[in-house]
Parts: sequence; structure tokens; C-alpha cells
Amino acid sequence: MSLNSADIKRIAHLARIEVNDTEAEATLSKLTGILGLIEQMQAVDTTGIVPMSHSQDVTQRLREDVVTETNQRELFQSIAPSVEEGLYLVPKVIE
Amino acid sequence: MINKSLKQLGAMLQGKEISSVELTQEFLNRIDRLNPAINAFITLDKDRTLAQAKRADEMLSAGKGTALTGLPIGQKDIFVAKGWRTTCGSKMLETFIGPYDADIIERFDASGAVNLGKTNMDEFAMGSSNETSYFGKVQNPWDRSRVPGGSSGGSAAAVAARLCAAATGTDTGGSIRQPASLCGLSGLKPTYGLASRFGMIAFASSLDQSGPMAKSCEDMALMMNVITGFDKRDSTSLNREKEDYTRDLNKPLAGLKVGLPKEYFAEGLGADVAKVVQEAIAEYKKLGAEMVDISLPNTQLSIPVYYVLAPAEASSNLSRFDGVRYGHRAKEYGDLMDMYCKSRAEGFGAEVKRRILIGTYVLSAGYYDAYYLKAQQIRRLIAQDFENAFKQCDIIMGPTAPSTAFKTGETADDPVAMYLQDIYTIAVNLAGLPGMSIPAGFAPSEDGKRLPVGLQIIGNYFDEARMLNAGHAYQQATDWHTQMPEGIE
Amino acid sequence: MEWEVVIGLETHTQLQTKTKIFSGASTAFGSEPNTQACVVSLALPGVLPVLNQEAVKCAIKFGLAVNAEISPRSVFARKNYFYPDLPKGYQISQYELPVVGKGSMTIQVGSGEKAYEKTIRITRAHLEEDAGKSVHGAQEGMSGIDLNRAGTPLLEIVTEPDMRSAAEAVAYAKKLHDLVQWIGICDGNMQEGSFRCDVNVSVRPKGSEKLGTRREIKNLNSFKFMQQAIEFETRWQIETLEDGGTIQQATVLFNPDTGETRAMRSKEEANDYRYFPDPDLLPLAISESDISAVKAEMPELPEAMKARFEAQFGLAHYDANALTGSRATADYFVATVNAGSDAKLAANWVMGSISAKLNAEDKEISESPISSIALASLIKRIQDGTISNNAAKQVFEAMWTGEGDADQIIESKGLRQVSDTGAIEAIVDEVLAANALMVEEFKAGKEKAFNALVGQAMKASKGKANPAQVNEILKKKLGA
Ligand SMILES: [Mg+2]
Ligand SMILES: [Zn+2]
Repeated sequence: MSLNSADIKRIAHLARIEVNDTEAEATLSKLTGILGLIEQMQAVDTTGIVPMSHSQDVTQRLREDVVTETNQRELFQSIAPSVEEGLYLVPKVIE
Repeated sequence: MINKSLKQLGAMLQGKEISSVELTQEFLNRIDRLNPAINAFITLDKDRTLAQAKRADEMLSAGKGTALTGLPIGQKDIFVAKGWRTTCGSKMLETFIGPYDADIIERFDASGAVNLGKTNMDEFAMGSSNETSYFGKVQNPWDRSRVPGGSSGGSAAAVAARLCAAATGTDTGGSIRQPASLCGLSGLKPTYGLASRFGMIAFASSLDQSGPMAKSCEDMALMMNVITGFDKRDSTSLNREKEDYTRDLNKPLAGLKVGLPKEYFAEGLGADVAKVVQEAIAEYKKLGAEMVDISLPNTQLSIPVYYVLAPAEASSNLSRFDGVRYGHRAKEYGDLMDMYCKSRAEGFGAEVKRRILIGTYVLSAGYYDAYYLKAQQIRRLIAQDFENAFKQCDIIMGPTAPSTAFKTGETADDPVAMYLQDIYTIAVNLAGLPGMSIPAGFAPSEDGKRLPVGLQIIGNYFDEARMLNAGHAYQQATDWHTQMPEGIE
Repeated sequence: MEWEVVIGLETHTQLQTKTKIFSGASTAFGSEPNTQACVVSLALPGVLPVLNQEAVKCAIKFGLAVNAEISPRSVFARKNYFYPDLPKGYQISQYELPVVGKGSMTIQVGSGEKAYEKTIRITRAHLEEDAGKSVHGAQEGMSGIDLNRAGTPLLEIVTEPDMRSAAEAVAYAKKLHDLVQWIGICDGNMQEGSFRCDVNVSVRPKGSEKLGTRREIKNLNSFKFMQQAIEFETRWQIETLEDGGTIQQATVLFNPDTGETRAMRSKEEANDYRYFPDPDLLPLAISESDISAVKAEMPELPEAMKARFEAQFGLAHYDANALTGSRATADYFVATVNAGSDAKLAANWVMGSISAKLNAEDKEISESPISSIALASLIKRIQDGTISNNAAKQVFEAMWTGEGDADQIIESKGLRQVSDTGAIEAIVDEVLAANALMVEEFKAGKEKAFNALVGQAMKASKGKANPAQVNEILKKKLGA
């Protein structure tokens, strides 16, 4: 599976990272190298092997439905790039 | 004094030979003097630090001290600490002031330890050389022209240069053990789930674990007693009974079965490193350990598997850095899309962006099965290798890294070469096992510098006490761990 | 060409928990912006999700209510996309292994003669977190983000494309709306967004097996809008195809002001959600004993109650169905019966006068000015012969407008019926004397004349005579 710089742009767009043409070219050569490394996996026959997501075979612990959090808006918004009247401001969201 | 262990300094504090404020001030003075070059600490807050030292002195006077009360500890800047700038080595969080405390920060606070400052790291813990930090490279105190390893390179350099008595690190693919190896200290990554990940900025959630970086195994045991324990805020935290990791330190090693994986001594391992590791193994034989040849056949595959799983998880974990609620937002942007793309392009460094792109790619439509699912399947094979190995031995030994510290800039532009640094450490994370690196000697560099070499000890799940026992016995018989780099006096 | 519309629904129901699905922040509606946005709701660096047991319980309840498979092991996945109301850049949802598997629900479509039943297959139901809200107009060209709702637990209920008309889709949605409230997992408040439907609509030539390309109408929060949106969308798709066009898969929004649907601008690009199992959350295990524990708390389900009404009270299927249309209606009916009312009479009154009044005044049964106990006291007066059915209607009207209880109204309006045989005989005699012509006709075989005579007698008694007695006495006197 080889990549081209249009692929890089498509992926970068999915990841919301701006890349210009020069960056896309530079990234392409690095990513191609990394994908070459990854490609080794394809030689392994993994038929019937259960994928491993977690290292411990344990299941989800559940939390009681009790309110534990208090309002800390002021503290949390003190590190926000842009707020007004308690709302986080962003360029207009278009539906 | 600077070379004293946590254990020794703790005794001095308890015996009122010194106060925590004096001790802390001493380390702060050293930081003032040495850190501008070494760049191990990226955030200091002397007022907060000294206030904590004062509080520790009060705890000690009131007879409420614990083993760590009053001891200054460097905290990797991956841990969110309330009121402290927490950057994760990234421009993205250059001005981020922690609004809450990570579990590990709370635990050290409760023990009465002093937060000496936040240590430098590869950006978002992605790197093996500490060269990806937005806040600059870190020097290896043993040879200032070399890297300290990564990603916990700031913590490693800080302990090596005796800027702190001990520090914390995190290890996703070797980020505690490899810098410990390159800087001549002891570092331990616990069994996945023993240390809470709450407040530790996520890189690859299924692999990340925090752990101690210190001068000795005895000190690490004291820190493990603080770091580990159930946390209901982390769903992957294991609800087990608290352990005392110092309990087995002095057990004799006679009869200990040590597995030597042939894959860890094969092509790719530097001859200088191999020699030191073999000498350490000879020492273990003298201590009564029995060597067993084992095989971990899927070792080679751990790198591709890791470089699928870790970037995949990271690409998603790092999506929250969008410039909306905190973190970097581009100064100029057009619409919403532009704000996202510019803020993230500016806020993340090159290596982080590369890994986000790789991760995005392997998860994208049409590639998931070939990459992500396949990697998870091979991950199971890798875990099974260890399961089989531990039927033949109690612990596993080998090198931590294939080489000693390399020159700054040497592999910076070659990610694949950099990734190979992790060949002996990654499988441990994939399997969720505990792994540790301890100083085992030195290899001379071409220019006559002594470069530390680490011995890696891998244990079965929850076998940290046994690993620390093995490390401590070795450190009783050798003095590699007490040696200091030149030029840090 | 004759066309067939194919409809499937995805419904987001907000679960009635005190706290969010993955954090201890409150889910109360209507608070000041971002005052219920905790570290987890804000996706601060380093925070982690911990699953709310109540949300899981709600999912199990729903599974039991639609006879679905409840997965012994289900998995949370991340659905990755960027949106300002989605703080982590991914939504925690369930993808490959949802908590609730295949089930079904039987709906009643239409009313009267044309009513029919249909079984809608439920594909799955999964737990996930809600997003926050964008508020427009905070500042020119800007949107404001409120994350109070972010992390509210949702159960997304997905059907097979089993519906063939807007009426069927609406009937299903209403039934589901009733059911989730019935089992107490959702407050059903559509204005507040507690129950939101996404409707997948496609058309195909009638008789064709192949599904057409579908368009998804997002976020319908009223049944009326759903009806309008589906009808518009169906017409639009048919016209487009008949004009030689093709349908592009799309997400569309319904504009209630114009009654039209239009494609969303922001979703132009193909979505690639990059689902993968959330490494922060372990698999969710549900044991048989977990299910039994929830079962023990479950209210009697509408289907079971319907069968019981038929068997126990001898109600007709249609009536039993209507009475179990909502938990509130069923509860009202049962309370009326428990207060001493005859079940069939109670059923008639609840589905008749009560329902008509409620409809006319756009009220819920919980808002009925006549309580179940009050209704029972009225019905008891019919049962014991105190008032006639006609009088009962008058009493009902007066009770509805708050004039008092049944007995008070009967007294004050003098509606007590006359059951004194002597008095009724006297009235009948008078009527027979005054209506000799009708008596003649009756005797000549005109049955209708008998009814006319009854009517006269009732009129003469000012409606107070017991009609059964009037009948009987009249028959006797006419020798019929
Ligand atoms: Mg959906
Ligand atoms: Zn959904």
C-alpha cells in the first residue's frame, strides 16, 4: 500500500492538521518509511487469533449514579482561548 | 549529600539533621546552576515547592512523616498538577495551567513529598531522545553532546545530574527504561493497571504506565509504594490489595531462574552493550541465579505492532487539542475548519504530527483490518511469547537498549532508525508486563567518555517486588548505580 | 410507476440518570452554560471515563422490553470526528458489539376499520454519550459552546428498514416514545431533546427487492414534523427519480417553517469515523444475575398488560391495546378499576369521553381534571342505577369543569333517575294515552313506534326515568 502526497493531504485533513505542498512531500517520504516498517506484519498468519485490546482480562467496573462534580466554570474557563458569558467561542458552526 | 539515596535523605530528615526546606533549597540551587545547560526541568515554581517543603517539615515535626516526606521529587511534565504549568513538552500546552491534580501528584502530595518542578520530555511522550520537546533538547549529563533518551529524558537527566533525588516517568514503549539506561539510573515500568493514568496526559492509553526513576532499586521500591494503588477514576486501574514493594528487597537470589531471550542478544545489539550485559549476567550467577535460555520469537514484530497501535490511539487521544477549550489557538484563522487546522498545525511538532497522521491512516476506512486489527492479533502472540517464557523462568534479563546514548541530532531526521531504539522495551508494554532498567556498567565512547549501559529485568504480571529484589541484590554487590557523571559537582 | 417508500429509524433517547454516562457531573436540564461541564465533560488532558451503572441498567430494561438479546459482553468504541460540541474529538459509543441486540416491537397503525398491526424489527440499541450544544448569535460570526449536555447518556435504538409509510414511522416512534417512558428510562421530553429521531428514507419501484439510496433526516423532535418531513422527502425523492435524476446519500435537515428538507452543508465530505475500541474502557460484562435483578424491578410491560386486560376483564383486543398505549393511560385505567369501577365501563369512559376531552384540550392524562378515583365514583353511580348514561354524560361535563364530585353534581342538578315502579307506570300510562296513534302503529307491526314511545316516556320524565324500567313496563302494557 503506497502513499502519495494527495493521500497525505486527505489524512491531514481528517486529522485537522494544515499541511502545505512542501510539508506534504517531506511527510510523504517519512511516512512511507514508517509504513514499510509496519508492512512486516502482513507476513504473519493471524487467522483465528483474538485481537488483544487490553493486557488484563478484566471487565468494566461501574460507577454509582451519584453527583460528585461541582461547578468550576470560572477555573476551567480561565485557561480558555476565548469565552463569553460562560460559552466557549468558536467561528460560526454551520450545519 | 547530592549522591545520597531517598532512603538516606529520608533518615536525615527524620533525624532532624537537615530540614526539608534546606534540602529542597539545595536542589533548587543546583537546578539554578546546572539546569540552564542540561534543560532537564522546564517549569519551576519555587514558591510552591518551598511551601510544600515547609509543610513537610511540619509533618515531620508532628511525627506524621512517611518514607518520602520532605523529599524533593521531579515530576515529568506529562502529569497535570493543579496550579502548575503542564505542557507535555508541547507548544500546544505552552500556557496550560493545570486545573486539577493527577492521581500520582495527589499520592506524592499525600506522602509529604515535595514537587521540585516539572521535567522536560519528548512532546506528548513521543520520542526516544528528548529531541522533540518544544522546550528544547535535554543534555545527557554523562556526555553533554548526547541525548538522555526519551521520552522521560528530563527526569532521567535530572536524576543523573543529581538535580533531584528521584523523579517520575511514564513508559509507553520504553520511555522510563531507555532513558534510565542511557543516563545510568534505575527506572521501573509497573504492570499495566497498577498505577493510575488519571491526570497523566494520554499518549497510547492501552500501553501508558507511570513509574519511578531513581538511583537505586530500594528507592524505587519506596516510590512504588506511593505510585501504585487503585484509583476509581481510571477504569483500567486494577483493584488489588496494596503491596509493600520493599518487602522482598533482601531476599537471597539463590535458585532464581533467569531467562535470557536469544532474540535480545541477536543482530542489532551493540557489542559494547552486549559485553556489559554479559558481565552483569555473570554477576547474577555469582549471586546464585540460574540462567535459562528462552525464546521470544515475535520480538521483531513488536516494533511494527507498536507503531500501528500507539499512533492509532494517539491520533484519537490528541484530537481534544483543538484550540476550543484550552491550549494553543492560532492567532489568525478564517472559519472553524481553518481554526482547527492552523491551531493543530502550529501547536504540534513534526514527530507528533507524523504519528497522528500514521494513526489516522491506519484507522481510516479500508485499512483498519489490515493494520489495527492485525496489530492487535499479533499483540496477543507477543503476550503469549512471555506467557510461555515464564513457564521456564522467574524473571527475564537482557539489554534495555541496543546502544548507549547517541549523539544529539544523529537520528533526529530518521524516524525509523529512532523507532528501532525501542526493540527490547516495546514488547513489555504490549504485553502489559512490568519492566525495569538498572545501571550495569559503562561502555567507552570514541571520545573517551563513559556511557552508561542498562540491564533490563522483565517480570511476570505483579512481580515487581521480585524484580526489585533482583535489582537490589545486584546493587548491593556492585556500585554502578552510585557513580556520578563528571562536571556536575 | 408505482413507488414504495422504505423507512428505518435511529432514535436517541436520553436516559434518566442523575449523572453523565462517564462522569459524576449532573445531567439536570436548563442550568447556566458550562456549569455542569466537569473535567471529563470538557475533555481536559489526562481525564478518563468511568461508566455509570444506571445507564447500563436502563439499556438492560429496554432490551427486556423489546425481547432483545442482551449482550453478555459489549464494547465501547470511539467514533472520531471534529466538532466544537464534541470535546474529545471523538464520541464514545458502541460499534461492533452493542449492549442490546436484535429485538422487536409491535405497532398499531391507523384507527378504526383501517387499523392494522405490524411488527418492527429492532436491529440493536447501544449506549453512547451526547454532545454539547452550539448557541448562535453570541457574537457576530461566532458560535458559543455549552458543554452541559456533553456526556449525557443516550441509548440509540436502531430499527431495520421495516416501515413503509410516514404513518408507520410515526406509529413506531410514538410507540417507542411511550415504551421508554413506560419502563422509566427516558422522560420523553421532546422539546428538551430527550427523544430525537433520525429517519432514513429511500424509495424504490414497488415490487423491487433492492433498497434505493437513502437520505437521513436528522434530529426530528416532534411527531408532526416527522410526518411532514417524511412526506416531503418521499415526494422529493420520487420526483427526482422520475425526472431522471439520482439520489445521493446525504444527511438532511427538516425546516419546519418551509416544510422542506435540505442537505446539511457541514457534512459534505465523506465521513470516516475511524472507529476503534476505546482503550480507556474495558469490555462491559452483563451477567444473567444482572439481568434478573433488573427484571425484578421492571414494571408489567404493555404486551403482558394487554393480554391480562383481555383475559381478566374480557376487554376487546382493540380496547386493551388502546388502554396500554401509554403507561399513564394504563395506570389511570387500572386505578379506576381498583376504585370499584366495572372494567368494561371504565375502558369505555377512558377511551371515550376522557380521551376525547384530553385530545380537544391537548392535555396528557396526568393532567386530567377528573382523577381515576373521581371517574370510578361516577361509574359506580351508573352501575348502581343512580343515574342514567345520559345523565352520566352531564355529570361528567360538570366534573370536568370542576363543579364538584359526582354525587354533589347529581344532587345539585337533580339527575338521580327515577326507579320507582309506580311513578314510572304513571308516566307510561300518560304517554300511552297521549299517543294513541303510535300505539296503533306498534300494534300494526311497526317496531320503530316502540322506540318512539320509550323516547316520549323518557322525555316526560325529564330523562330521569330508568330506561330499562321504562322499556319493561311499556312492553308489559302493550302486551308485547
Ligand atoms: Mg446513528
Ligand atoms: Zn448516536
